[in-house]
Amino acid sequence: MRDVAVIGVGMQKWGEIWTKSLREIFVESALLAMDDAGIDKLEAMYVGSMSPGLFAAQEHIGSLLADYLGQAPIPATRVESACASGGLAFRMACMDVASGMHDIVLAGGVEKMTDISGGEATFALSTASDMKWEGTCGVTFPGLYAMMAVAHMEKFGTTREQLAQVAVKNHANGSLNARAQFPTKITAEQVINSVKVADPLNILDCSPITDGAAAVIVVPADMVKNFQQPGVKVTGTGHATDTIALHDRDDLTVIDSARLAGEQAYKMAGKTPQDIDLCEVHDCFTIAEIMVTEALGFCELGGGGPAVAAGHTALGGKIPVNTSGGLKSKGHPVGATGVGQVIEVVEQLRGQSGQRQVKDAKVGMTQNMGGSGGSSVVHILEVM
Amino acid sequence: MSVGIVGYGAHLPRRRIKVEEIAKVWGADAPSYKKGLELLQKSVPALDEDTITLSVEAVRNALTRAGGIDPADIGALYIGSESHPYAVKPSGTIVAEAIGAVPSCHTADFEFACKAGSEAMFVAYGLVKAGLVKYAVGIGGDTSQGAPGDALEYSAAAGSAAFIMGDDPDKMLATVDETYAFMTDTPDFWRREHQFYPSHGGRFTGEPAYFRTTLGAVNGLLEKANLKPEDFRWAVFHQPNGKFPARVAKMAGFTEEQYDVGRLVPLLGNTYSGASPLGLTAILDVAQPGDRIFMCSYGSGAGSDAFVYTVQDRIREVQNLAPKTRWMLEENTIQVEYGEYAKMRRKIRLAGE
Amino acid sequence: MPSARSWRAYPQTYRLEASRCSGCQKTFFPPRQVCNACSGREFETFRMGYGGTVVTHTVIRTPGDQFQGEAPFAVGIIAMDDGPKMTTQIVDVPLEEIRIGMKVKLEFRRMYAEGHDGVIEYGHKAVPLRE
Repeated sequence: MRDVAVIGVGMQKWGEIWTKSLREIFVESALLAMDDAGIDKLEAMYVGSMSPGLFAAQEHIGSLLADYLGQAPIPATRVESACASGGLAFRMACMDVASGMHDIVLAGGVEKMTDISGGEATFALSTASDMKWEGTCGVTFPGLYAMMAVAHMEKFGTTREQLAQVAVKNHANGSLNARAQFPTKITAEQVINSVKVADPLNILDCSPITDGAAAVIVVPADMVKNFQQPGVKVTGTGHATDTIALHDRDDLTVIDSARLAGEQAYKMAGKTPQDIDLCEVHDCFTIAEIMVTEALGFCELGGGGPAVAAGHTALGGKIPVNTSGGLKSKGHPVGATGVGQVIEVVEQLRGQSGQRQVKDAKVGMTQNMGGSGGSSVVHILEVM
Repeated sequence: MSVGIVGYGAHLPRRRIKVEEIAKVWGADAPSYKKGLELLQKSVPALDEDTITLSVEAVRNALTRAGGIDPADIGALYIGSESHPYAVKPSGTIVAEAIGAVPSCHTADFEFACKAGSEAMFVAYGLVKAGLVKYAVGIGGDTSQGAPGDALEYSAAAGSAAFIMGDDPDKMLATVDETYAFMTDTPDFWRREHQFYPSHGGRFTGEPAYFRTTLGAVNGLLEKANLKPEDFRWAVFHQPNGKFPARVAKMAGFTEEQYDVGRLVPLLGNTYSGASPLGLTAILDVAQPGDRIFMCSYGSGAGSDAFVYTVQDRIREVQNLAPKTRWMLEENTIQVEYGEYAKMRRKIRLAGE
Repeated sequence: MPSARSWRAYPQTYRLEASRCSGCQKTFFPPRQVCNACSGREFETFRMGYGGTVVTHTVIRTPGDQFQGEAPFAVGIIAMDDGPKMTTQIVDVPLEEIRIGMKVKLEFRRMYAEGHDGVIEYGHKAVPLRE
């Protein structure tokens, strides 16, 4: 297999984008990535999108987006793994280039979520659960993560305040990110007093409904010198699945797919958690970040709550987590999220992150997750 | 060969609303309802409870008391209700599927106002008696609605009772010794197609309807069986309110001691097709071997089914195997206010409705 | 037309039919074709009893459209006494009284209806076990 590097990234501000369609927001970000790399022709593309059919009444978007990006007839593939679709599209693009099949491949993600009502969006998202055996009783995604939180609090003594600290930290980071949907600082008190969604999670524990797209350009590492930006090498990738029904897992307090995908990526890159300078994790809900920081080995099982409360995962802490603001503040256009994570890490490793720059960042990690942990995709990226 | 009840079970929703709680919303005089109708509260089904769900639970309790009969041996299942969840599509198929009686099972939904439950029992008994099936289930259950503010709103309640009829002497709990049916066309209470709430003939529902019909059946059965009221340990009548069954019992020569255990209505409300069948379950919960039980239903429109039962020895073994009716009625309850009641009974119109 | 989708699952939703792997005895609800523990493909079907224990729980306050008008309601993961775990609503109990470890019993209930003219979906919900 060939070594693979990222040489272009593109992402517009995420949020409620009323005036643009799914294809328009995708093409804007894809063009930014192509311009960043200094190219105008692709050989293949992979686009992560969870449910354009339910969110935007449009399937077959691989071809649609290739066409509107002016790249047809190149092969274009839509990749779906619920909220991990974007991370998986990136992995597919890396595997394509590593295999030698293509040299210049775009990995993108897109979701247009605000064209339907909040209730309809809640339903569309819930199709990432086991619809027959979870969804028919009325449990929602916040509900599934709330049940993990209740189990985690019972087993490890994780507190309501610690959950809130995840949101506080990520909003503080997001306030330094011009592309974040909610670039505003919040307090733990605001989180705890915000509208209840699924006990113990309140609305400020939840990532928002977001329109957004993101794209990166992947090439063989030995071609990096041909492009204008410094290349960032993809040294580790991992992908693991688990039961999509939460109730089918033996232990509700560990996200095994994240742990296993992380182990694969660490092994491939020859790294340990101590080697990671920053990590973007899938904080769809505050409890998710706590559980994923444990699963990736940044702290002991049960140590995720105390770690965030102690500031270990803050900017300037031992292992800054979600410097972009995370899904919480930056937004969560589900199919685009995993690619957005890669963009944050690439920019950090290039030293382009401005006020939220992690000093001397050499090794970064991303973790993107589908459903209640039914899939996880992890990548390790390094400066070249 | 004696045919009779080999398994019985009841199920009640847990929620209750007090007469005062309804009366205060409509500016009505609660004490007069309580005294005039002898009603204190009624059961309220939740959003996820209907005649089918209550009946499945009642049949499961009946199966528990039937001592391990194979549901596949149930050759017929009838469910009487005036609140079948579907206008077209049987309730009985769902109940039969849920207990595992499919596919070799004759099923029908009955409707005859408040007597549909005893009708189901009557036909189930008759099929076993005829030797057509080994076991047959008769169910009476309802989740009835009264129009907001109408007198019926104070009584329209929910509950279900199920009886497995059979002829196996080893399983017999109470034999059916005699039956009698009395019926005329008397329009005292009705609900036209597509109407949400029923209509009634006010005081016409009393003397020419409930009392004439019930007494017709009582006297017809006593004559047919050659028995007198004092030959019975227990009696249960249809109970649209607390007063009617007490009065009709007295008119027929039965005493309060005989009817009091089966008169659930002051705490339960009128469970329509479930009313006298539920009363019978409460009696079976405390009856002793050898006790004779008199039962008479009433359904508007109008008719009554009457039965004579004799309790058998095995009753003692099964009374505690499933929740007792009085326990469900008196102990396992949640009081609700009118707002939650209105939500539970879908009296609030939601978006899209 | 989701009625076929619910119809074919009636053995599970109505009668709680589960399966037990003939190879390693692991139990599954709903039944599976391949055992995820031993890769066995032979199973025996059995009906679960109604008893179980709450493993975790929450209160849904902002439901999806199908459950509008029903919130707030509790859902939980129930470990059935017969082995499998399942997710369902916990009803007929004050929301604040639900605890991990609480004993429950499944009752037959309406799960949801497809609009006002569609099929009613029935299944099982948990109620606190009271003797």
